[in-house]
Amino acid sequence: MSEEKVPSPGLRRGYLKEKGFRSWAFTHDHKRIGIMYLIATHLFFLIGGLLAVLLRLKLLTPGPALMSSHAYNVLFTMHGAMMIFLFIIPAIPSSLGNFFIPLLIGARDVAFPRLNLYSLWLFLAGIVVTVASLLNPIDTGWTFYTPYSAKSATAVTALSLGLFLVGMSSILTGLNFIVTIHTMRAHGMTWYRMPLFIWGMYATSVIQVLATPVIGMTFILLVAERIFGVGFFDPAKGGDPLLFQHFFWFYSHPVVYVMILPAMGIISEIIPTFSRKPIFGYKAIAYSALAIAFIGFLVWGHHMFVSGMSTAAAVIFSFLTFFVAVPTGIKIFNWIATLYRGSISLDSPMIWALTFIFLFIIGGLTGLFLGALATDVHVTDTYFLVAHFHYTMMGGTVMGLFAGLHYWFPKMTGRMLNERWAFHAWWLIVAGFNVTFFPMFILGMQGMPRRYAEYPAKYQPLNIVATVGSWVLALGILIMFVNFIRALKSGPPAPDNPWHGLTLEWTVPSPPPVENFEEIPTVTDWPYSYGEKEEPGNDE
Amino acid sequence: MTSDHPKHEGAPVSARLGIWAFLATELLLFGGLFTVYAVYRVVYPDLFQQEHLKLNRLLGTLNTILLLTSSLTMAVGIAAIRQGRQQALKIALTLTLLLSAGFLGIKYLEWSEDFSHGLYPESNLFFGLYFMMTGLHGLHVVLGMLVMGWLLVCARQGRFSAQYSTPVEVTGLYWHFVDLVWIYLFPLLYLVG
Amino acid sequence: MPAYKNYVVVWVVLLLLTAATVWVSFLNLGLWNATVALGIASLKAVLVALYFMHLRHEIKLVLGFATFPLLILALIIFGTLTDILYR
Repeated sequence: MSEEKVPSPGLRRGYLKEKGFRSWAFTHDHKRIGIMYLIATHLFFLIGGLLAVLLRLKLLTPGPALMSSHAYNVLFTMHGAMMIFLFIIPAIPSSLGNFFIPLLIGARDVAFPRLNLYSLWLFLAGIVVTVASLLNPIDTGWTFYTPYSAKSATAVTALSLGLFLVGMSSILTGLNFIVTIHTMRAHGMTWYRMPLFIWGMYATSVIQVLATPVIGMTFILLVAERIFGVGFFDPAKGGDPLLFQHFFWFYSHPVVYVMILPAMGIISEIIPTFSRKPIFGYKAIAYSALAIAFIGFLVWGHHMFVSGMSTAAAVIFSFLTFFVAVPTGIKIFNWIATLYRGSISLDSPMIWALTFIFLFIIGGLTGLFLGALATDVHVTDTYFLVAHFHYTMMGGTVMGLFAGLHYWFPKMTGRMLNERWAFHAWWLIVAGFNVTFFPMFILGMQGMPRRYAEYPAKYQPLNIVATVGSWVLALGILIMFVNFIRALKSGPPAPDNPWHGLTLEWTVPSPPPVENFEEIPTVTDWPYSYGEKEEPGNDE
Repeated sequence: MTSDHPKHEGAPVSARLGIWAFLATELLLFGGLFTVYAVYRVVYPDLFQQEHLKLNRLLGTLNTILLLTSSLTMAVGIAAIRQGRQQALKIALTLTLLLSAGFLGIKYLEWSEDFSHGLYPESNLFFGLYFMMTGLHGLHVVLGMLVMGWLLVCARQGRFSAQYSTPVEVTGLYWHFVDLVWIYLFPLLYLVG
Repeated sequence: MPAYKNYVVVWVVLLLLTAATVWVSFLNLGLWNATVALGIASLKAVLVALYFMHLRHEIKLVLGFATFPLLILALIIFGTLTDILYR
């Protein structure tokens, strides 16, 4: 929107300068590793999204149409498995986390740069094996419950191996981040001067390190059952299918906090920056991240209320489940309190951050119906659940990811996004998302079960609404991605500090040089002193 | 953590934090198997009581001794290199490798004997657990031996000294963890079934 | 040599504890067999951790890293058992 045409600078500046396959495949630079994770994870976001559009197409009619029931089972399994393991778990931590943790703490790289590279290779190897399993695609649902997953003639073993490798990547990344945050903060950066994104990433990394091995063991046991005939989960051999569920959910519940904590960290950065106000309740937000991580380990049984689990255990898990709402609520109230009397700018990062808060509240509150035993019996494994987790995972994590991408795009690429396109993508996505998923709360209450290829005709109208919503959502996402690509090619050059932020990444050029900082800074203040000090870096 | 910590001989703090974090993941990995053990021991106490007698207690005890001794040699090796004693380190690593090989040899004997008696992972839940737990543990022994072999090669090239012993320290901690797992596996499988 | 002495002493104790636990296993103490076995195993584990793994002289942060995961391990074992035991 400038009067004269300023030629766009090339992308190849700073850490992006060096060319060639080897400079990427064998890099130790956390920024390049982050970019590679970014591309890989978003590729699977698009593929998983395409699968979802196909799913919703099938669900336009209640009877048989478009594909067999088996094909439908494969579709929702692959949609779930890809979205969860290949996109949403690694998306923020491995890409934005990798890129920005060292920058935010004033370090030149992570603690173990070579391990970082090997983690990426493990991730890519896992992707290859997982995709190879598509030759005989699995149809068990992404939760692979036994006994069916132990008996299904599909490539469960291959997928388990692929996801085991992906899990190892996740573990090593978390380990790297924990040690980095403990040992590589710049001089003067005490724990209470760390940006809240770092607190969030720390809590996330602790979960990754402690929970992921359990899903690793779960895969090993499942493969042992399939290959060696070991009967831990097989009732015919004295085994217990519920044991699988305990193992599966001991990881898969904490992992939803791996998904949401980094997104919350991003929101904690964006809200104060675009309100020009210090964050309200810094310590409360920091400790809430740790509390969420810890409480998250205590509640896995709430996925098993109707499984045949003992009532005593169910009561305990339900009781504990309510506690996780407390630190979550604290964060939400503190963000809102930050907005109060702030000087709000509605640039693209901010509209995404505000969207996160709104949609995550809906997702979180609906969790209460699922956490309460009596109501859960009615809504579990219905579309109510599907809506709940899409509101939290997509309305929450993915919108938080979009916020982070818009916020940090200038820093990573040296280009500015087109704000008008970003706005149009935004309202299409938000409208499409709500039209797709809100009806599902109603469908679930009315009794429509999930994972059914065919359904009673009375549910059709709302299914049609949801499918149309999915098209609007897909269009919005497409426009957003086109905006990214256009900006990469011909976006206006980004200044060092386009948003006038106070965290350390805004003190270095956009894109940053390989070594991040010319001189490691000495930190003397916390990064939220908006209105109290001048922001660093030149911005014109 | 920006303050100076007292000078600690051995590996730097980031290496120690890193390996302990990794051991945490191993604890949770084996922990899954210990959970399965706990569950089925509670549900099938008679099965466990009856089947565990089929294990060779003598060989199990011998293996325990071998592994405990290998931890000793490893610890001695690390103490040696902290004092710059390269030759002692090489001897210690070699001894650790020999003891580990002995452990694996005995394991092989045990498993062969079990197979010859028709006891396989799918035979019953106890033996399913036995083979999986000792199998996963054995795999970790093999991996440890590979790393120690590589350390020996590096030690022969004079790569370690009193100032730099980090890979040895880190491997030592891993090795002691492998020993720790066996310290629990032995009584749970062989002695109390 | 003096640096090694502690290790050898610990090793001897570990061997003695091993002998003890094997000996006890031949006695019939009913439910106490498991408790004694696990107790002795834990004693051995603590010795290995404190002396061989140098935890005795470690900084608090490393001690935290070494002990906190035990809590999570206890969680999965006991959490699962609350289901199994009370079906």
